[in-house]
Amino acid sequence: MKLLEGQIRIPSGCAISAVISTEGERMSGADIVESMRPMHDRSNGLGGGFAGYGIYPEYKDFYALHIFFDNAAVRQECESVLKESFEIVKAEPVPTLKMPEITDEPIIYRYFTAPLASRMRDAQLDEREFVARIVMSVNASMKGAYIVSAGKNMGVFKAVGYPEDVGRFYRLEEYSGYSWIAHGRYPTNTPGWWGGAHPFAILDYSVVHNGEISSYDANRRFIEMYGYKCTLQTDTEVIAYIADYLLRRQKLTLKEFASVVAAPFWSTIERMSEEDKRICTYLRTVYSGLLVTGPFSIVLGFEGGLMALNDRLKLRSMVTAKKGDRVYIASEEAAIRKIAPDAGDVYAPTGGEPVIVKVREGRY
Amino acid sequence: MEADFFYPEFEVVRNDIKCTRCRVCERECANGVHYYSESGKVMLSDDTKCVDCLRCVAVCPVHALKIVKSNCNFRDNANWSNETIKEAVKQAGTGGVLLSSMGNPKDYPVCWDKILINASQVTNPPIDPLREPMETRVFLGKKPSNTPRDAEGKIICDIPPQIELSMPVMFSAMSYGSISYNAHKCLAEASEKLGICYNTGEGGLHENFFKYGANTVVQVASGRFGVHEEYLKAGVAVEIKMGQGAKPGIGGHLPASKITGDVSRTRMIPEGTDAISPAPHHDIYSIEDLRQLVYSIKEATAYAKPVIVKVAAVHNIAAIASGIARSGADIIAIDGFRGGTGAAPTGIRDNVGIPIELALAAVDRRLREEGIRNDVSLIAGGSIRNSTDVIKAIALGADACYIATAALIAMGCHLCRNCQSGKCNWGIATQRPELVRRLDPEAGCARLVNLMTAWRREIREFMGGMGINSIEALRGNRLMLRGIGLNAKELEILGIAHAGE
Amino acid sequence: MQTITACGDFAAINRTLRESTDDSFVIENCLGERFVGAGLSGKKIRINGIPGNALGAYLNGAEIEVFGNAQEAVGDTMNAGSIVIHGRVGDAAGYAMRGGKIFIKGSAGYRTGIHMKAYRDKSPVMVIGGRCGSFLGEYLAGGAIVVLGMHDDGKCVVGNFPCTGMHGGKVFIRGSLEGARFPSGVTVRDATDDDLSEIRSDIAEYCRVFGIDETLVWSERFTVITPNSSNPYKQMYVEN
Repeated sequence: MKLLEGQIRIPSGCAISAVISTEGERMSGADIVESMRPMHDRSNGLGGGFAGYGIYPEYKDFYALHIFFDNAAVRQECESVLKESFEIVKAEPVPTLKMPEITDEPIIYRYFTAPLASRMRDAQLDEREFVARIVMSVNASMKGAYIVSAGKNMGVFKAVGYPEDVGRFYRLEEYSGYSWIAHGRYPTNTPGWWGGAHPFAILDYSVVHNGEISSYDANRRFIEMYGYKCTLQTDTEVIAYIADYLLRRQKLTLKEFASVVAAPFWSTIERMSEEDKRICTYLRTVYSGLLVTGPFSIVLGFEGGLMALNDRLKLRSMVTAKKGDRVYIASEEAAIRKIAPDAGDVYAPTGGEPVIVKVREGRY
Repeated sequence: MEADFFYPEFEVVRNDIKCTRCRVCERECANGVHYYSESGKVMLSDDTKCVDCLRCVAVCPVHALKIVKSNCNFRDNANWSNETIKEAVKQAGTGGVLLSSMGNPKDYPVCWDKILINASQVTNPPIDPLREPMETRVFLGKKPSNTPRDAEGKIICDIPPQIELSMPVMFSAMSYGSISYNAHKCLAEASEKLGICYNTGEGGLHENFFKYGANTVVQVASGRFGVHEEYLKAGVAVEIKMGQGAKPGIGGHLPASKITGDVSRTRMIPEGTDAISPAPHHDIYSIEDLRQLVYSIKEATAYAKPVIVKVAAVHNIAAIASGIARSGADIIAIDGFRGGTGAAPTGIRDNVGIPIELALAAVDRRLREEGIRNDVSLIAGGSIRNSTDVIKAIALGADACYIATAALIAMGCHLCRNCQSGKCNWGIATQRPELVRRLDPEAGCARLVNLMTAWRREIREFMGGMGINSIEALRGNRLMLRGIGLNAKELEILGIAHAGE
Repeated sequence: MQTITACGDFAAINRTLRESTDDSFVIENCLGERFVGAGLSGKKIRINGIPGNALGAYLNGAEIEVFGNAQEAVGDTMNAGSIVIHGRVGDAAGYAMRGGKIFIKGSAGYRTGIHMKAYRDKSPVMVIGGRCGSFLGEYLAGGAIVVLGMHDDGKCVVGNFPCTGMHGGKVFIRGSLEGARFPSGVTVRDATDDDLSEIRSDIAEYCRVFGIDETLVWSERFTVITPNSSNPYKQMYVEN
């Protein structure tokens, strides 16, 4: 029997690409798909995926659940579970294109939902925690159903295949969003399961990642103390949970989050100003279980922005570039040049240096 | 200080009646153990310097010498063994990392010794290997996934480049620098005579040895010593060394004292400078980067050479091998944790990695489950000691085996485990000209040929007994193996039944 | 002169470079194609666009000029020849190079010149116009890395941990070293005329290639970094 993500840990390498408009201009998904082409050799056809933000403006106040189902029976079962906690205002199949490059597709649905106030009150949880818990419970316990994303005005589209094919499969050219992130995967065995592809998302956070972290189990065992369940055993999943925990629950800023997961070396901290030294020492001490080591470059998508981050030794390549209100991030410059031949300000962020790009307030 | 002194580990026992004071022992010991006392007209010895290499015992014309393990130890303690106490003392005295050589000597289970081989009886006839054909030739490399035909329906016989071996054994990587010129010459000559391959290791290829190209695998490691375009094209294959069983995750470090004229030329670095191999290849930090290195080598060699990727057997070896197979590599070499080395930190050598038997079985199974086993060949190494280990490795799923320690023994190594000192009395792990000279390339070559010929004879005997007359029918044929005294989990990982099942 | 239009297939580009009887090429529309010129000798290649990783790996005498930026591992294990980049480069440029020259007009990424070596008459030279990322010249064993620091983003000319494990060769840095911190195993001192004479002709060539006023380069002082020992790890072990 083949083991899927969750039953076995599958390290993988990858390609990433992202684009955002700081003016909140909505861009077709076609470009981000194109950008993955020059990096074809960084993937091996065993996983590709995208996340788009601002793609559901007409339903922007509802949690958009993208869900994979193995069969119709589990879909019905899952829908009845969701209805206990959510009002479902719209349910529909996610439009796809039949193509020979993409096979074994599950049933792919999306639901625009609002959590039931009474249930939240009973559970004594705020809205986002309530949604997060339901998503994690479905993913951990309902066999044959997998919630791919559950944020507002965003969605994750992923599959087993090369990213450029996955993009066409999901007809991403028909969507437009103010930011997009993309991923091509190079896992070290056949997952054969769509849920294992990236991005990995929780609420409106989505993460794509290149590299294999060496701190995985230390991070996993730490984060699982706080109610998270790492069902996929992938690096991306644990990084997404760390982001959710530090940003949403601990209310750290993005920069502070970066100083935890890609903490500066003590020798670097020693040279900082007294104020920075105090903060970085505090963060390293308090959240030492969340220091991520080993190679990674990640892009974290969230409502209204993107953050890119390299590991502290910068063991993966990543560049950023700008053109007008557009900011591009990719594993290779060629990916950016493919869609923005004349982009300028090419910059390679240093290890542990977060690149944070936000859409102007009020424009998303 | 006094606390640093140990009573010598070995004692030289000299039969003074037999001893003729010819002083050959003194001349032959690079460690300076033996000396002549003019006053007493006797041979004496400084036992503190003895490493138990047995050179003096072998050269004494009257057999007047023996080396025995001394019995003056720390008080018995099952937890604090004599060895453990000594290591703490050495570190307290120096602050240094403990450095050892050769393979892991610890008492870990050796699965090879708990696997039994089948033979035919009644239902299927054994074959007489002395009189009937018995094939041991193997081809290592990627096999195409289908058979294309031309317009006339004839098969288009293009297959990716292969390494052809007369028997499923190769001499594994030992660099020039870690071993001597003469040792390399023995390996190269013997490989040519045997129709197999030796491996340059990471120290480059001596100009005199380019002529053995048809029997040479050239290695590219993180230090990239001696790597240039002609080097890449010099052998039948290029091996990328990602790791080594004796020290997974650790780089190498050949001290400047061993970078003498010839070694420096072959490594293409100046004399008197350390040769440092970083722990990683600094262009490979992720699986897709490996693909980049594999293809850069293929491009530089115009796709004429298969690329081997050598990795240490570590916990996640099955997934790693699967990734390598998908990276364009033609051959994967897996090195188990009992593999030898010229120098490794003791703690790493003895505690990091997993045994080759389990690693090989796991990798072979994973690649088959994924349907990509035919895309790559597998070489198993990391303590293959004799022909029965070879048979068992092939039946578990290997295409061929790498051997090194057995080859060193054939050349005269006595496994004293002091390679790191550079004072090898047998002329192998040394660059001192007067020591190197002791290894006669012709004799060493002949002994290597003998060893391999003996193994080939034995392999044929085993195959004949199993009713198999071509080695590929043994590859992955796990029904030919049974475990004895292995637990259920070990049997499951090895994919073999218990004896009696 | 043969023109090659790149279309995503690196093997096709290299096959043409290897097999063509031309000795001069222009590659148009290069966009991420890897290994361009791998192992090549005796040819001249001009590239428009952005070549992919491992540009000129094992280069053995060919000359490559890129009119744009380049990505990771430029000149990996290069033996001879030259690579000129009219832009910036990514990480690990010149990894383990043994000979030849790499001229970079802009800045370079992490691990620039890692484990460069020298051998007999071969002494590799890399000149970077801007600044470098962390781990500049890590494990440097030979050759010269020159960092001109003519970047304009105000950042320190080198990142963290420059010259760690350096046991040969020289690193030259022009201008201020404020903020840079070097390990104890190297000596950091003002460059003497003798030091500078080693790189004078390379600097002249660099300026000629990129059309830079040479007097501007020499208007600032140079610092030179050399290893204290060619055996930096000597004391770390105790035989067991």
